[in-house]
Amino acid sequence: MTAVQTLPTLDLDPFDPEVLRDPLPAHAALRDAGPLVRLPRYDTYAIARYDDVRAALSDWQSFESSAGVGLTNFRTETPWRPPSLLLEADPPGHDAPRTVLAGILGPRALRRLREDWAADAERLVSDLLAGGSAEVDAVPALAEAFPLRVFPDAVGLGRDGREHLLPYGDHAFNAFGPTDNALVLAGNADVAEHSGWVGEQCRRENLAPVGFGADIWAAADRGDLTHAQAPLVVRSLLTAGVDTTVHGIGAVLHALATTPGAWDLLRARPELVRGAFDEAVRWESPVQAFFRTTVRDVPVGRDGAVLPAGQKVLVFFAAANRDPHHWTDPDTFDPTRDPSGHVGFGMGIHQCVGQHVARLEAESLLTALLTRVTRLELTGEPVRHLNNTLRAWASLPMRLTI
Amino acid sequence: MSAAVPPRVDPGRGLSLRVTSKTPAADGVVALTLTDPTGARLPDWTPGSHIDLILPSGESRQYSLCGDRWDAHTYRVGVLREPGGRGGSAWIHDELAVGDLVGIGGPRNRFGLVPSSRYLFVAGGIGITPLLPMIAAADRLGTDWRLVYGGRTRGSMAFIDELAGHRDRVSVLPQDEHGLLPLADLLAEVDADTRVYCCGPAPLLDAVDDACAHLPSQALRTERFAAREQGAPVRDTPFTVALGRTGTEVEVTPDITVLEAVRSAGVEVLSSCREGTCGTCETTVLAGDLDHRDSILDEDGRAAGDCMFVCVSRSRGDRLVLDL
Ligand code: FES
Repeated sequence: MTAVQTLPTLDLDPFDPEVLRDPLPAHAALRDAGPLVRLPRYDTYAIARYDDVRAALSDWQSFESSAGVGLTNFRTETPWRPPSLLLEADPPGHDAPRTVLAGILGPRALRRLREDWAADAERLVSDLLAGGSAEVDAVPALAEAFPLRVFPDAVGLGRDGREHLLPYGDHAFNAFGPTDNALVLAGNADVAEHSGWVGEQCRRENLAPVGFGADIWAAADRGDLTHAQAPLVVRSLLTAGVDTTVHGIGAVLHALATTPGAWDLLRARPELVRGAFDEAVRWESPVQAFFRTTVRDVPVGRDGAVLPAGQKVLVFFAAANRDPHHWTDPDTFDPTRDPSGHVGFGMGIHQCVGQHVARLEAESLLTALLTRVTRLELTGEPVRHLNNTLRAWASLPMRLTI
Repeated sequence: MSAAVPPRVDPGRGLSLRVTSKTPAADGVVALTLTDPTGARLPDWTPGSHIDLILPSGESRQYSLCGDRWDAHTYRVGVLREPGGRGGSAWIHDELAVGDLVGIGGPRNRFGLVPSSRYLFVAGGIGITPLLPMIAAADRLGTDWRLVYGGRTRGSMAFIDELAGHRDRVSVLPQDEHGLLPLADLLAEVDADTRVYCCGPAPLLDAVDDACAHLPSQALRTERFAAREQGAPVRDTPFTVALGRTGTEVEVTPDITVLEAVRSAGVEVLSSCREGTCGTCETTVLAGDLDHRDSILDEDGRAAGDCMFVCVSRSRGDRLVLDL
């Protein structure tokens, strides 16, 4: 067995702005170094190879989430907000919130939204193209605009204050990184205000009588959740349901605008739209990594490396999604690829419970765009938005040609 | 009923597991443990889940998982030999041997443990099985719980030894020593915050149902292994089923099920129990007035009218439109 001291060690800061701007070299270095890598900078570990990432995400018995899925260890430090009942929970406490939300956000429940969202997407696109071909920044004009148009309504939020959603989510995802990191410190300034608004929206009286929020409260009335749990489950929707989808849509638009032939292909074969979105989620991994905490000594990989009990380990979805030992041409966005098995939505009992919502949003918007737009191309340098957990665009200048 | 069509085991979902132990757990009860022959993790499950065991005939039987979910590599089920049964439990008792491979469906959960500050578990005989993982969960959460476990005789009651560590919370009450379970007394003491989980033979479930009449409807959760008694179908004349995705229409005559009719139109729907208890054949309904004949949906689920179990449920009106 490899002793802890002999584990490969990288002097790498995964939260350094330069690494966040272009994480691909760091991910490759982590994969190359071994199945389990020590990161002394934060006294933590990393797992980056596809098989090992998948194994760690599946093994909730050994890798717990209730100690937090960021660097902060909830066993010894105080989290910045009450822990999530989904993301930061383990069985058996995790079971009921997960079951309830999986039902509310499941494919059958979403069917009633399909037509409305398709119509909404058509309206958004025809407004943009009212004057013919258009030059837009696709981040605010499409990637943010569409989810902000349909998702808060689907949850049942009021009209006022929706501008808190993106900064709140952005901070929540930054806060999985080190607490003294510049992105976290910058977000701390306004977080109380955003949190306060989000907390208010989770209350039953502030939610519309129809929507995901009301469905969660109805589950509490049926006894499937406690009434004390209901607002925290609504909070999970508001935290994890907006930024992630925005960045997923940004990723697929960027991919389609920069991959030769991809737009024409999807126009000719609309049945590829769903797979293309998942391929973009694989390729870009809007959620890059989460921590887990070991509950015992856990072997990682096949060469005898052992992760000691009680340690935080950073599990890199993004690195696994481009592992050349698993994917052919992993750095190529290929809309005809079958991306099944990607870990962009996670894997196992914590796999993104909102993935069907994200897919439906992306599919609605892409379908509307593909119907009207014959050519999609960048007109300037895209600009990254930095976040400790998310991979995102701040700006995607594009021309939509009709 | 017309000749049964063998269930299709979905190759993407069906598992074939190895029997790694088979031990007597009580008179007429064997405990089986199952593992993946390649050593892989088994699919995750939650307390109250069951799996289907696929018999050589292609039919299946449902058994609650009663092992430890912190062991991701082993499923355990307890199987009662049912003398009046259809032969499935006899095959498991008499034929299925350690080392054999057996087809598995699921796991699925129709009997999930909801959060509560207090639980009362009521088990009758083999009905103890789904409750064992619930007890483990309640214990881990530090929730107040109590188990009342009845059976014919002490020797017929499985897994009593595993409850030994919880003597102060568990009452084991074999009928030949204590008579019928004192349900009225037990349930009269229950407050509105307690969740009552009951699994066992139909007369026990019915009695618990009656004794819970004073409690809010969500207080009691039960699981029926056998199908609920259903009256005659609402309609004794044929109706039409339209398949929304393909545009095909088929007639469902009184002597066939919707499942059979849909299959005859060349559309596969996965099924298992064929009696409306397992939930495998759930199908989305786009339009129509349903005659629900399953033992799964509660009142809300029935009223929603957006899904049906096509192995048993039918139509009240002339026409159903299914999302197939
Ligand atoms: S096959 Fe079991 S409910 Fe229909």
